Amino acid sequence: MQLELRGITKQFGSLTANDHISLTVEPGQIHSLLGENGAGKSTLMNVLFGLLHPDDGEILIDGEVVKFADSGDAVRRGIGMVHQHFMLVPVFSVAENVVLGFEPTKRLVQVDYKKANKDIRELSRQFKLEVDPDAIVESLPVGIQQRVEILKALSHDAELLILDEPTAVLTPQEIDALMAIMRSLANAGKSILFITHKLKEVKAIADVITVIRLGKVVGTAEPSASEAELATMMVGRAVQLVVEKSLFTPGANVLEVRDLVVLDDRGLVAVDHVSLDVREGEVLALAGVQGNGQTEFVEALVGMRHVESGSILLHGKEIANRTPRQALDEGLGHIPEDRQRDGLVLTMSVADNLVLNTPRKPPFASRGTRNLAAVNANAEKLVHDFDIRTSSITAPAGSLSGGNQQKVIVARELSRDLEFLVASQPTRGLDVGSIEYVHNQIIEFRNRGKGSLIVSSELDEVYALGDRIAVMYEGRISGIVDPSISRESIGLLMAGTSMEAAGV
Amino acid sequence: MSDLAVAPVQNQKPSLWARYTSANPLLIAALALVLGLIFGAIVIAATTPVVLDAWRSIFHHWDGLPHAINVTFNNVGAAYRAIFTGSVIDPQGFWHSLTTGRGWPNTLTPISETLTYATPLVIVSIGVGIAFQTGLFNIGANGQAVIGGIAGTVIGSMINLPTFIHLPFSLIGAIVGGMVCGALPGVLKAYTGAHEVIVTLMFNYVTYAFLLFAVLSTPFQQPGQSNDISRTLDPSAVLSPLFGTSSGLRVSYGIFVAIAVVVFAWWLLDRSSLGFDFRVAGANPSAARASGINARYVIIASFLISGGLAGLAGFVQVASTTHYIDGGFLIGNAGIGFTAITVALLGRNRPMGIVWASLLFAALSVGGRNMQASTGIPLDLATVIQSAIVLFVATPVLVKEVFRLKKAPASSLQIATTGWGT
Repeated sequence: MQLELRGITKQFGSLTANDHISLTVEPGQIHSLLGENGAGKSTLMNVLFGLLHPDDGEILIDGEVVKFADSGDAVRRGIGMVHQHFMLVPVFSVAENVVLGFEPTKRLVQVDYKKANKDIRELSRQFKLEVDPDAIVESLPVGIQQRVEILKALSHDAELLILDEPTAVLTPQEIDALMAIMRSLANAGKSILFITHKLKEVKAIADVITVIRLGKVVGTAEPSASEAELATMMVGRAVQLVVEKSLFTPGANVLEVRDLVVLDDRGLVAVDHVSLDVREGEVLALAGVQGNGQTEFVEALVGMRHVESGSILLHGKEIANRTPRQALDEGLGHIPEDRQRDGLVLTMSVADNLVLNTPRKPPFASRGTRNLAAVNANAEKLVHDFDIRTSSITAPAGSLSGGNQQKVIVARELSRDLEFLVASQPTRGLDVGSIEYVHNQIIEFRNRGKGSLIVSSELDEVYALGDRIAVMYEGRISGIVDPSISRESIGLLMAGTSMEAAGV
Repeated sequence: MSDLAVAPVQNQKPSLWARYTSANPLLIAALALVLGLIFGAIVIAATTPVVLDAWRSIFHHWDGLPHAINVTFNNVGAAYRAIFTGSVIDPQGFWHSLTTGRGWPNTLTPISETLTYATPLVIVSIGVGIAFQTGLFNIGANGQAVIGGIAGTVIGSMINLPTFIHLPFSLIGAIVGGMVCGALPGVLKAYTGAHEVIVTLMFNYVTYAFLLFAVLSTPFQQPGQSNDISRTLDPSAVLSPLFGTSSGLRVSYGIFVAIAVVVFAWWLLDRSSLGFDFRVAGANPSAARASGINARYVIIASFLISGGLAGLAGFVQVASTTHYIDGGFLIGNAGIGFTAITVALLGRNRPMGIVWASLLFAALSVGGRNMQASTGIPLDLATVIQSAIVLFVATPVLVKEVFRLKKAPASSLQIATTGWGT
């Protein structure tokens, strides 16, 4: 199927999310749509999938102008979408999920599972998407669940597949498998629109790259273009992709974790006898696919989760099972994984958010009364020093962009008198410019001889920051390695392979 | 960083007109009042026989239409005029007093009554508002006010103290009574997770039963009485009328208690470290926890303050009006602890907002009585208008649609409270 977008424009109030975007996807082509968060990629895809109606411009399928009233129209015209967050029923089988809403029936009311299974097997074979139709979805790894989504789209005879940030939740091996599937689909004549902000993947798979920035197409590129060139197009200026680090000169242990056991909300062991050390002047990067105990590990460190057994020593002092207040007072900085839930009060001002965990610290308050002049002076200074883009220090934190919200948290934590920094997914959802900035701040903190633990599911980030890399799998540390090790080896460790088998 | 990053959209200042016509909370409240009055007018028209007859007649003669419209406006106008003259001031009486210098007490009675009604309402509503700001629903303010009223009256009527400390002790006793009553749901929530809505709501019934027990038990019951009436406050424990008993105006020194409470609440919410904790915990409990705020401490502290203010309000009500408590104290329409929930919501949980909302509610209640007396439209209609106003305030989307307001600037239209807590 050939898809052409002509001058698609979509406005939200005074914001133009899509500004006369034109692009063409040829049959059998993998077309990559590259752009920062907030560049307008998702809006464009929602327009294409019939979820939003364009203010201007038209969509052509095989040269014919089409109008989609809703996503059902788009599906009927052969457009399939694989969302970033899967739309599957976890307790249903693969077959049940694929036919959901379009169940083949016999005798009018009875779902014909035999036919469903047969259809799925056929599709699987045709596109080399190996899935057991009887498997329960929640028991499958994320990469396989994604295949179910793709199968579902194909079962509706999709000729064009939209993949929205499909690699965000996958291990490197799963990403490789996905790439192979994408290629075989393209070879079978399907068109693929691949949305991402990851440069490496674009270079690896795309036939054509369209870069959008601030809602406009800034150009197209060949996959042979260098990462630096692509990044420059995406951000509109030269971006430093590698963080410059001074020589690694570790000192004594700052943080010592011994045999730590922590339970998750369901009472199951999430952190299983974890031991690790972080030294002064060192960034220890904790890699791993999300949901392998990293969240619970960090919560235990900062006093937000009960420690069942084991110890956490900060400068030799036990801090396990302290309250968050005590952990803060011990000089533990925390950049939380979910900044809007744990890091900010979106309805309160930037100034208040900048003293959120130190409201009683002099000079911000004395004898129970807040010193608003000091709070505001602190805010003015940090907004300037950390280049937080806000209309004023009294603006609610929720009015800031994601990158600037994160800067508020980074500014608040790093301006405190910290002994140790724990940062969880510190750049998730941020644009390239903000990522660069946050990384530099963390490295500067390290260069001051402080220790930090950075939890990230992005391998790029792990490599950019880590002086050593610890990999977590199913609650255990499957290995602590040097950053000189290959991505493939790390990927194997993330998937639970032992150090020896991973070739470390 | 470079200047090429995303342009800060929020920097563009809207024009003055745009700012006034965009959906700011003040405008929403004012328009909700307008909608509430229109809604009330429709109810008056639809329930007044004269008006209905006039409209029915137009089915016979089309030329009766102007008459029907005329009758409608006359009746609605008379009702609303009665509410205004009964709660604020009667312009004719005012002019008479101004020119002749006589009849001032009569002229000022409506506004005095409104202030008298509003005084305890402000205090208890601020208590409820503080709990709301902490993300807590204090549905038990009425019960706390009852206990506070009893505690204050016990001290004010049964204990002999020197004149100038008798009133302060009674007021403090009322606060402590309300605090004890508020601490219970607070502690239960903090340590066992018991839902404060259920606990406070149910505790109201306990307090009513206790009230009946108290006013019927020998030490507290009015001597020589078999009815459910308490002893009368000693003159030294009374909030006396501002203009003296002879003026006939009931507005009392209780107003200064309310002003003190407003100032305290402003300091607590806007200036104190504790209030900052309250607001953070109310707006985002997860962030509060991560920021080292002790949720238990905040819940208990907030309930203590909320209950204490409710208790104070209960006694201010007694000490500025009846000077005794009976079995019907704060029951039914007089349950200011329940009205306080809507007043706090209307005032957006801010001290000054609550003052205006209390005055509006007091005026509608006091004026409603005058309306009933002079036009025969039942007092309940005032409650209908009050409820409609709150309904419209609680659904800003509806008001925005009706008046076609522009989109609000980010987050200026937050919901007054985050939910039913956990």
